Amino acid sequence: MTHKDADAERLLHVDTLARVEGEGAMHVRVHDGHVTDVQLRIYEPPRFFEALLRGRSFTEPPDITARICGICPVAYQMSACLALETACGVIVTEEIRAFRRLLYCGEWIESHALHVYLLHAPDFLGYASAIEMAREHAEVVEQGLRLKKAGNAIMKAVGGRSIHPVNVRVGGFYRFPTRQELRALRPTLERGRDDALATVELVAGFEFPDFEQPHEYVAMRADDGYPLESGSIVSSSGLAFPAQRFADHIAEEHVEHSHALHSRLIKDGSAYVVGPLARYSLNHDRLSPLAREAATAGGLGPTCRNPFQSIVVRAVEMVYACDEALRIIDSWDGAGSPYVDVTPQAATGHGVTEAPRGILYHRYTLDRDGTILDAVIIPPTSQNQPSVEADLRSYVQDRLELDDIELTRQCEQAIRNYDPCISCATHFLDLTVERT
Amino acid sequence: MPASETAPLPTLAVWKFASCDGCQLTLLNCEDELLALAGKIQIAYFPEATRAVVSGPYDLSLVEGSITTAEDATRIREVRRMSRHLVTIGACATSGGIQALRNFADIDEFCSVVYAQPAYIETLATSTPIEAHVDVDFQLRGCPIDPGQLVEVLTAFLQSRTPRIPSYSVCIECKRAGNVCVTVAHGTPCLGPVTHAGCGALCPSYARGCYGCFGPKGTPNTSSMADRLHFLGMPERDVTRIFRTFNAAAEPFRREGLRHDESALPERGGLP
Repeated sequence: MTHKDADAERLLHVDTLARVEGEGAMHVRVHDGHVTDVQLRIYEPPRFFEALLRGRSFTEPPDITARICGICPVAYQMSACLALETACGVIVTEEIRAFRRLLYCGEWIESHALHVYLLHAPDFLGYASAIEMAREHAEVVEQGLRLKKAGNAIMKAVGGRSIHPVNVRVGGFYRFPTRQELRALRPTLERGRDDALATVELVAGFEFPDFEQPHEYVAMRADDGYPLESGSIVSSSGLAFPAQRFADHIAEEHVEHSHALHSRLIKDGSAYVVGPLARYSLNHDRLSPLAREAATAGGLGPTCRNPFQSIVVRAVEMVYACDEALRIIDSWDGAGSPYVDVTPQAATGHGVTEAPRGILYHRYTLDRDGTILDAVIIPPTSQNQPSVEADLRSYVQDRLELDDIELTRQCEQAIRNYDPCISCATHFLDLTVERT
Repeated sequence: MPASETAPLPTLAVWKFASCDGCQLTLLNCEDELLALAGKIQIAYFPEATRAVVSGPYDLSLVEGSITTAEDATRIREVRRMSRHLVTIGACATSGGIQALRNFADIDEFCSVVYAQPAYIETLATSTPIEAHVDVDFQLRGCPIDPGQLVEVLTAFLQSRTPRIPSYSVCIECKRAGNVCVTVAHGTPCLGPVTHAGCGALCPSYARGCYGCFGPKGTPNTSSMADRLHFLGMPERDVTRIFRTFNAAAEPFRREGLRHDESALPERGGLP
């Protein structure tokens, strides 16, 4: 997949990036010892979600936008609900909010376990896939699958199924499970918490290249707890704004070389990073004591600037998610109404929540009868894309002595640091038609 | 793998077209079966899970996603040529998916709403199922597919038999689950009577009506269903909406949706 040109030009490209969600390609051009071009290409066909949402009822986005991504459908459901409830002037009960957190914990565990064990760990341990890795490290892969299953178990109990859950509606849920149903999850989650702690220990022992990056971090910050289903947006340079000010601070920019819309901060046009690294570094004080201890034991300080260590942060977040899920289950009463009534009105609403890969923004404008007139969705992967490219640029520049095969392999690993979800990004990223 | 020293394992390839990745994720979600499966089938091409690529032909191809670009229309023919058996997984591959809502709209207008540079977008005016392009050996329904049904399809393939996937309605599963009928008891609109079984009657178990994500059952009476929806007080526009979601282009749902569409544009395409 790589070749050297006669005139000292080096091209590294991977036509089909493996172990990422969706279809993407990477392209790096080196000329005279300098990286001249870096592109993370998205060639997955667009599906036009923002267009097809127009004319639909305000009750439909939780089900429809879930289909943007089979790996993080809950994130889409949560941001959609929040945006639509804001438009309609509705605030849900604390009980509903807690239940949303529980569902979200399930998705975080499932998605992080998938990425840590099946997609990312094979890079560190030198395998093409987790299935190959299982031949020599069966107990490691089994631990990962068990964790993943624990996340799925939450999603099944709360949402009905783990992919495209059916229990979420604007205003809350269709049905609250009984206390007993939820308590039944306890043993699975206790085991999950042990597995998550063991995961931190495992991945903290991986070898990380010396690669600190200066990116600005953007994540949510809530009144209490680690951010999941609500909160405002903060950044490492001190930005702080609510969801409805999103467009005042973050702009989508058309970049010529890749024909892609990239997100940048309006204040200085800089790239930024969302996701586990940003979330952790801006909310370290909000982790549960157990998760914070695990982070320290895993060699993390209160902030983390090495994208390769994102795998450790994901493991720490799994400890938190298990802890938080157990806390919610233990205090669960389920006596209140599973939803609040939502009456549509002509208005615009914004919603941001923390998807496993970072902040996910939805905006809807409704007609008086609840018909959607306009929809905007900005997923985390498209926000991270400029930073992924920046990482590749500096990573390759410092490692030109590596041969093409090794350098390409390491570049793929660097892309996977961000757990890019191309299925998510595609519905709004421009398609690059150029082929290498 | 000791087994591979004696007889080569059948090879499995997983292909993705326009989709959300959820149906191929279902394969990775079979946590209890995944490693056992890896001992019976060689996973030869599955980019979401592995960097390793074994070249074709493949004994079994699972295809996720619908055809929405000219390039993909060519690629699916190549996939068919390389595959002894081809099984579609999920609503996108089997009926065009949610992205087939474009079939009822103006694709140029869709492009201009979402993209700054519509000219760069190469897309077809329609989203079509795999069977509109190549022969398909079996279609597994659902948005997403059910993990138990996926394991049944893989097992059936290994045993050279037809998968035991019934095409009756969600109502049968709902009765079997012991649910009280949400329509009869609460007047909740429910597509269960016309929807293909497979989910285990999930939505009624969660006190909501079925929204048809497994697509039409065998021989569905959609017009009678629509009468019932009207009787429950559903306005005409919502009748169109309820038939027009993740299986909007599946023929019985497509026809019923159009029948109630007061603002129908001239339809683009259909099957090529």
